[in-house]
Amino acid sequence: MMDSKHREALLAAFPALAQSEFRGQVRFVVPRGSLLDVARKLRDELRFDLLVDITCVDYLHYRGATDRFGMVYLLASTATNERVTVRVFLNEPDLTIPSLTPLWEGANWMEREVWDMFGITFAGHPDHRRILLPDEFTAHPLRKDYPLQGRGERHNFPILTRSQG
Amino acid sequence: MSLLTPEFATQDIAHDEERDYLWTLNFGPQHPATHTTLRIVLKLDGERVVDAMPDIGYLHSGFEKLGEHLDYNQYVTVTDRMNYISPMANNVAWHLAVERLLGLDVPPRCQYIRTILCELARISDHLLCDGAMGLDTGAFTFFLYAFNQRETLYDIFETLCGARFTNSYTRVGGVMHDATPLFVEKVRAFVRTFPKTIDDMERLLNRNRIFIDRTKGVGILTKEQALSWSCSGPVARASGVTRDLRKDEPYLVYKDLDFNVCCARSGDCWARYLVRIAEMRESLKIVNQAIENLPSGPVNVGIDQRTALPNKRMVYSTIEGLISHFELAMSNRGFDVPSEESYTATEAPNGELGFYLVGDGSDVAYRARCRPPSYIHFAVFPHLIRGHTLSDVVAVLGSLNIIAAELDR
Repeated sequence: MMDSKHREALLAAFPALAQSEFRGQVRFVVPRGSLLDVARKLRDELRFDLLVDITCVDYLHYRGATDRFGMVYLLASTATNERVTVRVFLNEPDLTIPSLTPLWEGANWMEREVWDMFGITFAGHPDHRRILLPDEFTAHPLRKDYPLQGRGERHNFPILTRSQG
Repeated sequence: MSLLTPEFATQDIAHDEERDYLWTLNFGPQHPATHTTLRIVLKLDGERVVDAMPDIGYLHSGFEKLGEHLDYNQYVTVTDRMNYISPMANNVAWHLAVERLLGLDVPPRCQYIRTILCELARISDHLLCDGAMGLDTGAFTFFLYAFNQRETLYDIFETLCGARFTNSYTRVGGVMHDATPLFVEKVRAFVRTFPKTIDDMERLLNRNRIFIDRTKGVGILTKEQALSWSCSGPVARASGVTRDLRKDEPYLVYKDLDFNVCCARSGDCWARYLVRIAEMRESLKIVNQAIENLPSGPVNVGIDQRTALPNKRMVYSTIEGLISHFELAMSNRGFDVPSEESYTATEAPNGELGFYLVGDGSDVAYRARCRPPSYIHFAVFPHLIRGHTLSDVVAVLGSLNIIAAELDR
């Protein structure tokens, strides 16, 4: 759904990007170092002004996968109604990626959720805390090596009685 | 910061330590006006809100983790529980995403039925949101008018699929049951009677001095902020963003139907209320056109695609139907899913509801990410409330339509 003119403009600025397409959705694989530059180029020059979502996929058990984590940045344009997906692949032990909060305020909570669920660290994030799970939680439950029923955290939550409350 | 935000709000938060007269108020997690379980820690100067810190996760139930363990048909029951105010819209969004991944086109009758359901769900959602916003700001009669019509909508859903609240109506490649003449009759009756309710509702609040004073100029979101904060749906449209996926990326049969996108410029609670009221009238137009042009024909994809269960007559009287049913029901067969990834978004009542799906060949998703509009809108809340009074918290919260089950998933 991305205009070919815009696609060429992006590739002219960043020739090394790997491009793929599935069901009309264009995806670019971006090296971690140039994520901010690519995002800024997409936002300021190619008018992808809306950050739709940030999420992550853990490819631990995925057949044929070479990288552990794949970040997904979904961008859209309110002017031309195009969409583009930006992918960044990360591997342990260095799971740090630049935060997109300088470009979009909305990235704040989306990145906090990814940190909470996958343990990806966002460099430059203004409020780098867990969001959905309690602060004392140690695991990152959407990782594929985390069991569906948890590791007994539910049974170890401190119990408050009425007299303590 | 907007010019209309009081000067108070722009002061540096670092000064708070010096201002030891500020007090902290816990709003929720159990408070009637949060409607569900969410918590906001408010920092107050008298009645003015200096800062608000949302604390969410009380209803987190691991829906995305469950999505990696339930197959594409089973997971629809979980989507019901996300935005339980309009479960039909979630069902449709989920299965549109699955069908995009599979590359499947559903028959026209199914598309029309799904369109009707999406719009009825939108009306139901907006009735609750505007109704509850009225209730929180003191308009109890308005709330009763809205909820009376929601009851009619629940009856329509019950006629269609037997469940009132958690419908789980769609399936991969179709829907659970075909629409019956009784359903069509009930929808027609709703289209006839509902405009009177909207008229009544508008007469109750649109010129109501108390309601206007409590919502106008409260919680202003500018267009730039709406884009920067990734807002979508009525919240963004009330701020002048003209994006509506039904027009911009037509899915189902929206491109054949005549309707308008409702927008406002001022971006306050009052504008969000008006946009929702206007959208209900447009939704009714869509329902009317779709129900009068409902095509005949099959409601599920044929047995060649081998994704939807064939009907019982096919199973009992043809060998192809029997084989197809058997293959789908066998746990080691199922249907073929490409090892690919796709994102599909729909214009849910609350905003852009999308699913990012990763298929790995089996009929269970490898990753089922939901882009929940409530989550993204709630992040804006502290910016909307700063500088307003404590009583405005409920107005702003109501106008954003935060559904905690969708917020925390």
